[in-house]
Amino acid sequence: MTTNKSFATSLWDFFCSLKLSIFLLIALAVTSIIGTVIPQGPPPPEYLQTISETKFLVYQKLGFFDMYHSWWFIALLYLLTLNLIACSIKRLPRVWKIISEPTLVMDSGLERSLTCTRQFKMAGDAATNRDRMVAFLKAEFTEPVVTETDGEFHLFAQKGAYSRFGVYVVHSSIIIIFIGAILGSLFGYKAFVSIVEGTGTSTAYNTRTEQPIDLGFTIKCEDFSVSYYDTGAPKEFKSILTIIDNGKPVIERRPTIVNSPLSYKGITFYQSSYGPAGDPIFYLSVRKRAGGEPVKITARQGERVSLPTGGFVRVMDYAPEVRSAMPQFSGPAARLEIVPPAGAPQYALVLKDYPDFDAQRGGDLIFAYEGVDEKQYTGLQVAKDPGVLVVWTGCTLMVVGIFIAFFLSHRRIWIRVSKGEVTIGGTANRNQPAFQLRFDALADKLKQQ
Amino acid sequence: MSSSLLFNITTFAYLISMVVFFAFLASKNKAVGLAGSLTAFAGFAIQTVAILLRWKESYDMGRGHAPLSNLYESVVFFAWTIVLIFGILDIKYKYRVIGAFVVPFALLGMAWAQLGLDSGIQPLVPALQSNWLLYHVITCFLGYAAFAVACGISIMYLIKVRQEESEGTSPAGGIIATFPSSKILDDLNYKAIMVGFPLLTIGIITGAAWANYAWGTYWSWDPKETWSLIVWFVYAAFLHARITRGWVGKKAAVLSIVGFASTIFCYLGVNLFLSGLHSYGGGG
Ligand code: HEM
Repeated sequence: MTTNKSFATSLWDFFCSLKLSIFLLIALAVTSIIGTVIPQGPPPPEYLQTISETKFLVYQKLGFFDMYHSWWFIALLYLLTLNLIACSIKRLPRVWKIISEPTLVMDSGLERSLTCTRQFKMAGDAATNRDRMVAFLKAEFTEPVVTETDGEFHLFAQKGAYSRFGVYVVHSSIIIIFIGAILGSLFGYKAFVSIVEGTGTSTAYNTRTEQPIDLGFTIKCEDFSVSYYDTGAPKEFKSILTIIDNGKPVIERRPTIVNSPLSYKGITFYQSSYGPAGDPIFYLSVRKRAGGEPVKITARQGERVSLPTGGFVRVMDYAPEVRSAMPQFSGPAARLEIVPPAGAPQYALVLKDYPDFDAQRGGDLIFAYEGVDEKQYTGLQVAKDPGVLVVWTGCTLMVVGIFIAFFLSHRRIWIRVSKGEVTIGGTANRNQPAFQLRFDALADKLKQQ
Repeated sequence: MSSSLLFNITTFAYLISMVVFFAFLASKNKAVGLAGSLTAFAGFAIQTVAILLRWKESYDMGRGHAPLSNLYESVVFFAWTIVLIFGILDIKYKYRVIGAFVVPFALLGMAWAQLGLDSGIQPLVPALQSNWLLYHVITCFLGYAAFAVACGISIMYLIKVRQEESEGTSPAGGIIATFPSSKILDDLNYKAIMVGFPLLTIGIITGAAWANYAWGTYWSWDPKETWSLIVWFVYAAFLHARITRGWVGKKAAVLSIVGFASTIFCYLGVNLFLSGLHSYGGGG
């Protein structure tokens, strides 16, 4: 029986020990490195070629390709949680006792253990001096508790006692964050939708499992556009979104850009990607160098369109912004292949913002680019995470707790009033040098009483 | 007056400050120490103006954004925060010698930025167009700077302890004698980390808040995120090690140096050796 009990006790001590905490924190730090070196997720074939087969099998067995969800990493996090809880259960009652049942009397043993003490002669009888000291502490520090023993009076006053709970606020915040993360993984999802301009959908696809998810309402993309800086770098990706719930539009034409998502009923949509949907339609015009009215031409990409003078024209490719290739120009451009009835094909560059650009080519026909009608799709990330609020609560508590733990302290002052003599002693659980200064100032004031 | 000229003057001021601090180590002359601090503060003031000026210049170019968006700007800001934290410690605790071990970090940053990095003002890519960038980068870098200062102090500590241990054999004195006592250095190390840890915590949280706001996931185990968590674990271990008996002093100093090494890896190494979402370093 005794061995059994001592086993339980030593197990308990093991879970309460700070050595275990330090070990776990360092173990988490070191093992976390693995996942930053080995690519996470299904390993790409290029990567597999760089490692041997046995290495691959070992990595796979140990869950290195999804290590932050591997059994052993999760086990470390559980151990950390257990350690935190056990440590708190062991220490909290003691802290509570220090605060709620303070040592009211400074005996000689306590006096010797204090770093700050001073003694003064004080005329007058003990009861008068007691009243003076009570008034003094009340004015300079805080209201004291008075105890009388053997004709001596003992005053005790404390401030910031609750700062001792700061570390426990920090530690519980870690557990709260874990709870929020678990809530999110149980009841939330990450998904994806692609919507062609002018259409809507009510189905998203789970990013990991690719299973369809019914959103419960329809999200419609009215328009998608990209704008550019003068350097040609993209400036903004913008989707104009409308949400239709129960047949009624509830959010209309809301612009959604990167860093400004759209939320409805706990589901949030993030601008994430875009691309062409179907063939673009180009609008060109052509006129004869000799003179005459220009003729409009409509062409699909790659389509050969006959020209009024015979032969045909074809749009080869196009760009929404030429600046990066041709720094002295800007705006959209297209490249054309012109095949005359006889002779070799010619190539022309047409710029939307410079309608006469093609004249310098010297051909008989002068082309101009009037624009493109291009349907795009917008790709939106979809997220639902009911645990997020819990996580933010935990984070706020953590910051508040750290500030309490680091920058506030529990300060205690004792005064003993005996015949013709007053002794003051004090201590703080943190930042002793700063307390020493405050204590010295207090003692100097007392001396002048 | 352009910001790049002011940055050059700043670099020069930190160089002079470092040399003066070394002279202070050698001479132990208080006036020299004061000169070292004042030069560093003058450099700091000029750098502050330069950063604000660069901010304005970006608006003049029509690309307005806070100067915290690429590797050059972040290294400059890092140097600025290091001198800021050093200044606070210097004014509050008056241990000038620390400057000799901390100002070189700031100088190294400025010299690298001015000589080796592209200082062009680029427009912000859509992913970075958010006020969260400001909160996130400022808190992270203030935290990093406090850890840099703690690392400098820890190096001093290890040197000092070696000298104290061999006190019997070698004549006490020399430059090392001007260091604060090992007990004070140990305490200053702890104080600097006590400033850095909350800042790093807020930096990680604002980063998570931003990630959640911008793409709906507060944590995705991206290498940069993971490394910032690793740094956080190391300093959490440091804080707990102090409460356990036997872990003050040398072990704490070593842990503080390891912590700063992982901080630097988190800041630069991740971009150089690993791939991920964070864009700093791409422009280097
Ligand atoms: C393995 C789990 C952990 C255990 C068992 C643990 C336990 C403890 C204990 C017993 C203390 C001392 C409390 C006192 O002074 O009475 C403490 C302090 C503290 N803990 Fe933890 N802790 C753990 C993890 C963490 C983590 C992950 C953090 C991260 C924020 C943290 C932050 C703190 C802080 C800031 C202090 C105050 C340190 C100081 O006074 O210098 N703890 N912890």
